[in-house]
Amino acid sequence: MSMTKRDWQSITLSAVLLAVAACLPLTGDAYMLSIGITIAMYAVLATSWALFSGPTHYISLATAAFFGLGTYTTAIGIENGLNYWATLPIAAVLGAVLAALVGLATLRLSGVYFVIFTLGLAELVRQVVTWGQNVSGQKGLYVLTDITEVHIYWQLLVLGGIVYLTGWAIGRSRLGFALRIIGDDEEVARHSGINTSRAKILLFMVSGATAAVVGSMLAPRYIYIEPALAFTPMLSFLVVIMALLGGTGRLWGPLVGVIPFTLLWEAISASFPNQTTLLLGLSFLVIVYLLPRGFVGLIESGKRRMREREAFA
Amino acid sequence: MDILITGLLLGGTYALIAMGLNLQYGMARIMNLANGEFLVAGGFAAFWFYTAGQVSPLLTIFIVAPLAFLLNWLVYVVMLRPLVKRAKSHGQLEVDAILTTFGLAFVSVGIMLALFGGDYFSYSYLARPITLIGDTYALNRVTAAVAAVIICGGLWLWLNRTRAGMSIRAIAVDPKSARLVGIDVPKLSALAFALGGAVTAVGGALISTFLTLDASTGVLFTLKALVIVIMGGVGDVRGTIVAALLLGILETFVATLIDPGLTLAAAYLLFVLILLFRPQGLFGRRTT
Repeated sequence: MSMTKRDWQSITLSAVLLAVAACLPLTGDAYMLSIGITIAMYAVLATSWALFSGPTHYISLATAAFFGLGTYTTAIGIENGLNYWATLPIAAVLGAVLAALVGLATLRLSGVYFVIFTLGLAELVRQVVTWGQNVSGQKGLYVLTDITEVHIYWQLLVLGGIVYLTGWAIGRSRLGFALRIIGDDEEVARHSGINTSRAKILLFMVSGATAAVVGSMLAPRYIYIEPALAFTPMLSFLVVIMALLGGTGRLWGPLVGVIPFTLLWEAISASFPNQTTLLLGLSFLVIVYLLPRGFVGLIESGKRRMREREAFA
Repeated sequence: MDILITGLLLGGTYALIAMGLNLQYGMARIMNLANGEFLVAGGFAAFWFYTAGQVSPLLTIFIVAPLAFLLNWLVYVVMLRPLVKRAKSHGQLEVDAILTTFGLAFVSVGIMLALFGGDYFSYSYLARPITLIGDTYALNRVTAAVAAVIICGGLWLWLNRTRAGMSIRAIAVDPKSARLVGIDVPKLSALAFALGGAVTAVGGALISTFLTLDASTGVLFTLKALVIVIMGGVGDVRGTIVAALLLGILETFVATLIDPGLTLAAAYLLFVLILLFRPQGLFGRRTT
C-alpha cells in the first residue's frame, strides 16, 4: 500500500482535528462536555454504520441491538468482577458474532430481508433480556466505575480515530473494492468471482463490533441500566438519519451530518419533547426528497459548479 | 386444543393485516414500513367511534375502509410515484421506499401522539364468553376472526375472478410483461397500494376490539405482517393465510406456555427458519 502526498495531508489534517477535539474538556464546561460525548458517540456509530451501508446500500436498523449488547456486556462483566477494560474486547467479539449470525441468516438473500430483520433485532434482544431478567428476578444493573465523563469522551475519540483508519484501510483494500462493485451491481460482482456474502458479512461484523464497543464505553455514563434504556430503537434511527444526512459517499460524510443534527436534536428535545417522533419522520422525508446524497452531495455538486464556471471564464 | 383455537382466531386477524401488506409489497412493489401505523389509525377510529357514539366497530370499518383507501392512494400518487419514476434500478427504489415509508411511519406516530396522547387505549366490545367445542372464548375474538375470514375470502375471489384482480396478479408476477399485454401498471399499482392500506386499517379496527393498542405499537404489527408475507411468499394469497395461521398459533403457544413478552421472538424464530430453509416462501418455487 503506497501513500501519496494527498494521503499524508489528509491523515495529518485528521490527526490535528482529533487533537483539537481532545482539548474540549479543558474548557471545563460540563454542558459542552456532555454534548461533546453525544456528538462523539454518534460520530463513531454513524461512521461505522456508513462503512457497511454506504457502499452496499443495505440499510441496517440494528445499531441499538449492538449498542445494548455492549452496554450489557460491560454491566454484567463488572458485576462479576471483571475489569472494565477487559469488557471492551469481549463486547467487540460478541458484537461481531451477533453481526455474523444476522449476516449469515439474511445477507445471502435480498436486501429487503436484511432491513426487516435488523428493524426488529433490537426489540428481539430487548424482549429476550427482559425475559431473562424476569426469570432470574433481577430488574436492572448498576455500573459503578471510577470512569468519568472526560475519560468516556477521550475513549470515544480514540475509537473514532481507529474507525477512520479502518475505514480508510478498507477503502483501498480488495475488500473495499469488492464492496463498491457489490453496491453498483451485485450480479456483476458475483459473476466476476467476488464472494459477495463473505464480503458483506465481514464488513457488517466490523460495524457491529464497533457499535458494541461504543455501548460498552457509554455504560459507565448511565450508571443504572435497564433493557428499555440500553436497547432504545431511537438510537438506530438517529444513526441512520445522521449518516444519510451527511452522506455516505465519503468517509467524513457522516460526521458532517452528526454535528448539526445532534445540536438540532438536543434543542428540539429540550423545547418540544413531544414532537421528536415527528421530527424524526420529517428528517427521513427530507433526506429522500431533498438531499438524496446528503451534505456531501451538496458540497460536491457545488464544487463541480465552481470548477465549471472557472473553466468557462 | 385451547391454544390451537385461540391461535387460529388470532391468526385469522393476522391474515387480514398481512393481506394488506402483501397487496402493497407483492403487487404494488412498495415495501411499506408505515403499514402498521395505518393499522393503529384504524384501531383509533374504531375506539373513537365506539366511545363517542357507541358505534359498533363492525360498522366503523365501512367508514375506515374508504378513508384509508383514499389516504393510501394519495400517499402512493404524491409521495411514492415520483420515487418510482426517478429510480434507476429496483434496488434504488427499494431503499428510497423503505426510507420514505419509514419516515411516514414516524410522522404518523407523531401526529397520533399529538392527537391522542401516548396512553394505551382499549374499550370493551362484545367482551362476553362464547362456548366452542367445549371451551370458552371471548366473543370479540371470534367475531374479529369471522369478519377477517369473510374479508379475506372476498379479496381472494376478487383477485381470482375479476379482470382487475387478474391484472393486479399479473403485475405481481412480472410488471414489465404486464405492460406488454395492455395492463395500466401505474394505475393498478396505485389501486393495489390503496386497497392494501384499506385492508390493513380494517384489520386494525377489528384487532382493537380485543387487543390494547397505543400510538407507537404500529411497528410491531408491521414486523409481524412482514414475517407473514415473506413466509407465505411475496404475492401469494394462499401462502399468506397459512403463514398467518401458523404465526397466530405459535405466538399463542409461546405466550401461554413461556412468557407473553416473547411474542416477537416467536415471530423471529419462524422468520429465521424460513430464511434459512425456504427463502422463496412456503409454497414458492425456487427461482433460477
